[in-house]
Amino acid sequence: MTTLSTFALPVRAEEENLRPLPWRQMAWVTWRQHRTGLTAVTAMFAAIAVLLGVAGLHLHHAYAAAIACQPANSFACNNLVNTFNGMYGFVANGFIFQPVPALVGAFLGAPVLARELESGTFRFAWTQGFGRWRWTFAKVVGLGCVVTAVAGAISVLLSWYYQPYFPAGSQALYVSRELPLMASSPLGAGLFDLRGVTFAAWALAAFATGLLTGVLVRRVVPAIVATLVAYTGLAFAVGGILRQHYLAPLVTSKLNIPDSAWVLSQQWLTKAGRPASQSVLSHVLQGAPGQLFSKGGVPKSVNVWQYLVQHGYTQLTTYQPADRFWPFQWIEGGWLFALSVLLIAATVWLVRRRAA
Amino acid sequence: MNVIETHALGKSYGSTRALNDCTVAIPEGHVAALVGPNGAGKTTFLNIAVGLANPTTGTLTVLGGCPAGSQAGLDGIAFVAQDTPLYKNLSAGDLVHVTRNLNRRFDQGYAMQRLCELGIALRQKAGKMSGGQQAQLALTLALARRPRLLLLDEPMAMLDPLARHDFMATVMTAVVDDGVSVVLSSHVLAELERVADYLVLISRGRVQMVGEVDDLLARHRVLTGPSSQSDRYAEQWNVVHESRGASQTHLVVRCDSTSDPVPSGWEAHPLTLEELTLAYLREPGAAALPGPSWGRQAERSEATI
Repeated sequence: MTTLSTFALPVRAEEENLRPLPWRQMAWVTWRQHRTGLTAVTAMFAAIAVLLGVAGLHLHHAYAAAIACQPANSFACNNLVNTFNGMYGFVANGFIFQPVPALVGAFLGAPVLARELESGTFRFAWTQGFGRWRWTFAKVVGLGCVVTAVAGAISVLLSWYYQPYFPAGSQALYVSRELPLMASSPLGAGLFDLRGVTFAAWALAAFATGLLTGVLVRRVVPAIVATLVAYTGLAFAVGGILRQHYLAPLVTSKLNIPDSAWVLSQQWLTKAGRPASQSVLSHVLQGAPGQLFSKGGVPKSVNVWQYLVQHGYTQLTTYQPADRFWPFQWIEGGWLFALSVLLIAATVWLVRRRAA
Repeated sequence: MNVIETHALGKSYGSTRALNDCTVAIPEGHVAALVGPNGAGKTTFLNIAVGLANPTTGTLTVLGGCPAGSQAGLDGIAFVAQDTPLYKNLSAGDLVHVTRNLNRRFDQGYAMQRLCELGIALRQKAGKMSGGQQAQLALTLALARRPRLLLLDEPMAMLDPLARHDFMATVMTAVVDDGVSVVLSSHVLAELERVADYLVLISRGRVQMVGEVDDLLARHRVLTGPSSQSDRYAEQWNVVHESRGASQTHLVVRCDSTSDPVPSGWEAHPLTLEELTLAYLREPGAAALPGPSWGRQAERSEATI
């Protein structure tokens, strides 16, 4: 017992020099506390990067071979095109990477505050000299910057990987009519938010969602679930409903819409300008000559369309042209960033205000 | 200077009142015990003092008038919360480093020396330590901040008797050597007898009794006498608590001095702190406020100014 009480505290000088508390000290604390999570996220992204790099080299080689092949339409060239089109098909539509921001938000963002509140360690952390709101602010902003930077780096790699699907520098797609390379619209769901600035913005938004649900729910596992639910809802709402309204869509009656356009809807109109139903169109086509149909009786679409146009029908296509890729990127990235700032501000405000 | 001073302090959680109209001043230089049954509002009181909770009504100031939770309060007050929450996945060395990084003042030498004396290796994770070691580690981190006021919320609840003794020995060493003021909440009355020299009794969210322990003990005594006479004397004396048997009655009474004359047939005994506290806890209505030492306390705070 005596050994426990022998050491004396030095006598206190009354006018002490209090050390300043620079933010970088909090950076060390944040790193020390979250290095496991940060390492896990970085490892996940590093693994994705390696796989993407290797696969991307293959894909780019296959693409280059298919493009360079002469004469086009020869058996050998068609083989090369098929090789490219079939390559890494499960990655091609991008859906495999869609959950990545959600995972970051749920497993890195949600526990940051929920774990403190659940385990009671906030009573330790928030009564230190650094102060509660500075502690929260430093931690949240620091981690948010890391998440954004790492996600941004990965999206550069993703943009490179998917470049063969959107060739020729522009976002327009036709390489040559003879080479039916697999193609997608750069605005379509699945790939749009993996490229450009939106991937990092989605990752940050997911992280901020995790922070806020963490401080509201105050328990780790329910906060993770709530974050996944909230993020999924937001992602589907944006991809399915909101994104097509960023700019007013174009409407055309032309038949040759480029493949790279994001077609929102198509509709046939009668001579009177009213919507033509499927049965009306079928009725018109019954009078069509047989050469419109291929051997099996299946209509050849281009010929059928022209036949309908000749008979006074018009096809109205509502679409977003591919050259709106960057405006859409900045619009989506911008509002997601603003949303993230709002969510983080709400988190800090709640911590500052909330009675524990 | 008062390390904690409240005025009409109240705190409600929804419709539940945790604290109600508490006006109390705890002068510096004391080991003050915040005593009361479970749910009396002790933890709420400490949480408000350290800025973790905001009062619903009234005010609480710390360290001679600083608002609770202000920078001066954070710098000058160290808080060891109930069950000593620490980051379980961090080692002792990391926790020292974390605490050092989060405070303007940190005595690294003291922390290292204490950990060495406690036999806690720097690489040992907090989650792998015994309850006593965790409590000692939390206390070491708090004291290494060199606070002027140390707040301890139920520090002994989870500890075995030996660990309690060691824990309080560390606290008392800091009190003697560094002059740190201590406010600790507890419902372990027997432990307080040795350490506390100031008492704040909270019951049902109200301050029931407050004052220096010696003072309070000097102004209370137990009178034992025949039950047949107790009604007669009960009206003359300021009875806090009465336990009446068939022939004998024990009255805990508040008096001006323990040397007041005792009627024939009656015996007077001094009270222990535990007995005094229990007497008041059994009679939540027996508010000793403005209390035996209230007037003197006002004088004291004037004198210190």
